[in-house]
Amino acid sequence: MRLTLRQRQIIWAYLFMSVALVFFVVIRWYPTILAFNVSFRDWNVFEGSGTWVGLENYQEIWQDAGKPRSSVTAAFSNTVRYVLFGVPTQLVLALAVALLLSQIRSLSAVFRVAYFAPYVTSAVAVAFVWNWLYQPETGLINQALDLVGLPSQPFTKSPAQALPSITAVAVWQNLGFAVIIFLAGIQQIPGHYYEAARIDGANAWQLFWRITLPLLNPIIVYLTVLGTISYLRLFALVQNMSPQGTGGPLKSTTTVVLEVYREGFSSYKMGYAGALTVLLFFLILLITIIQLRFFSRRVEY
Amino acid sequence: MTTSAEIGTEGTLQIAEHFVPAQSGGRRRFGWGLLVAYILLAIGGVCMVTPFIWMILTSVKPPPELVNFSFFPENPTFQNYLNVLNTSSFERWYLNSIIVAAISTTSVVFFDTLVGYTLNKFSFPGKNIIFIGMLGTLMIPTEMLIIPWYTMSVNWNWHLGYTQYWGIAFPGVITAAGIFLMRQFFDGVPNELLDAARMDGMNEFGIWWKIAAPLVKPAIAALAIFNFIGNWNAYLWPLILANSREFYTLPVGLSFFRGESTTHWEKIMTAASLASIPLLIVFLVFQRQIIRGIALTGLKG
Repeated sequence: MRLTLRQRQIIWAYLFMSVALVFFVVIRWYPTILAFNVSFRDWNVFEGSGTWVGLENYQEIWQDAGKPRSSVTAAFSNTVRYVLFGVPTQLVLALAVALLLSQIRSLSAVFRVAYFAPYVTSAVAVAFVWNWLYQPETGLINQALDLVGLPSQPFTKSPAQALPSITAVAVWQNLGFAVIIFLAGIQQIPGHYYEAARIDGANAWQLFWRITLPLLNPIIVYLTVLGTISYLRLFALVQNMSPQGTGGPLKSTTTVVLEVYREGFSSYKMGYAGALTVLLFFLILLITIIQLRFFSRRVEY
Repeated sequence: MTTSAEIGTEGTLQIAEHFVPAQSGGRRRFGWGLLVAYILLAIGGVCMVTPFIWMILTSVKPPPELVNFSFFPENPTFQNYLNVLNTSSFERWYLNSIIVAAISTTSVVFFDTLVGYTLNKFSFPGKNIIFIGMLGTLMIPTEMLIIPWYTMSVNWNWHLGYTQYWGIAFPGVITAAGIFLMRQFFDGVPNELLDAARMDGMNEFGIWWKIAAPLVKPAIAALAIFNFIGNWNAYLWPLILANSREFYTLPVGLSFFRGESTTHWEKIMTAASLASIPLLIVFLVFQRQIIRGIALTGLKG
């Protein structure tokens, strides 16, 4: 039997994709269905597949959320606060650094390396280094505050300062990535746009607001969505910067993923933890859709 | 994601050009502005680098020097390193991290490139469904899949003995993001070239392996580097799966030093240095390629 060229191409295509197709079905889609399934079950990993309890896990989460000093409420509200503090700070700082970097030529590579280094470092190592920097008596930051006559700060030891302190570390770690993307975007803007605008008498401020910022819009959307998702999934930093890794002090730093880990893999309440991950999924989906709808603008010149 | 793709519709080579000389002329003027730019960048740079320096300096201080504050060690010593290496399994954790990152990176480079190529250069029935089926997995946060992955691993005994290496690596052996990245980059490979090879009687696998793939080498290198870094630093999943000390990856092993806090900061900083310095050295050696790769792939993503 002779196959036509097109038939042979189809066979090759499916051959090339065969392993990947199995992977996406078995390791991605099937577990996705399982994740929803688990969230409707009462189950600790050790016995069978648990019993179907319908919406009970979700009801339990809802009831827990109503209790005073609830971990669930703290987890969701903290997670949203990490996003609200972290993402705008990260974007504004990164854009500022990228704009400065686009103005200089010598030493540019050195600065890029310095700003990017934390991004390739393990979050656990980063957490430990900052724990040490934040120490009340012996920490470098409080030593420096002391040196200039300012009062010592508790940072991660105080419920009020812990979340902003951890957010600052997350910004420090992720800044370099956003800087590099912004810088690449800025360098793609054709120089003659600026020349033309300058001939028309535009000042630096107008150049920024009228040319740079609108043309960077797709990148801003991209970094907002990516940044938001990464802050919604915060785990390693928080676990390693809070006392006993529990999201303290007084649950002031705990996140949704940390509660998933605690409920699922310390208390073995898999159904409850599964329901939390489903809620996280919808939270991420909702926020991403809102951001793509409201921040995307097509700019053409 | 679709929004940022608008920027990157040109071919690979054109984008790459933007990173070498394309600083648009006329924007650089010497004077106060430039000086201020350097000063601001230097202040930021110090904030980025100081935590690393402090980590390393602390790791070579004898314990008494941590209390009586001095920035530089008075009697630098490697004793902390000997103590940490003797009391922990760091050598083993290095090995584990290398094995896991190597498994997933090798697999990702092969399959992501092959499938990205297939989705770009072949037409076959079901292409749209497959495309959407793979793209759709990007919306599912991995946190939602850890419970199903864990139960699968337990059912199939991937959490025991040496199969733990596979257990830690399997969720990342093929990545949807990498496939779409590579799919974009194969735009730059002309179809005429592939057709010519077909005329010469080369088989489809040979065409991909010998002709198409070598043309997108920079993109493959970028994919490999990010994948390696990502897997090297992966934390949540290895923490859940690895069930004995001998199978911890570096971040997981490091995280158990959390218990040392409040007393032995020199030990913790030594462990953090041991865990982060190798990758920092890799980063410094390949910084040009890594940063260019981030910009390239970020704009393409």
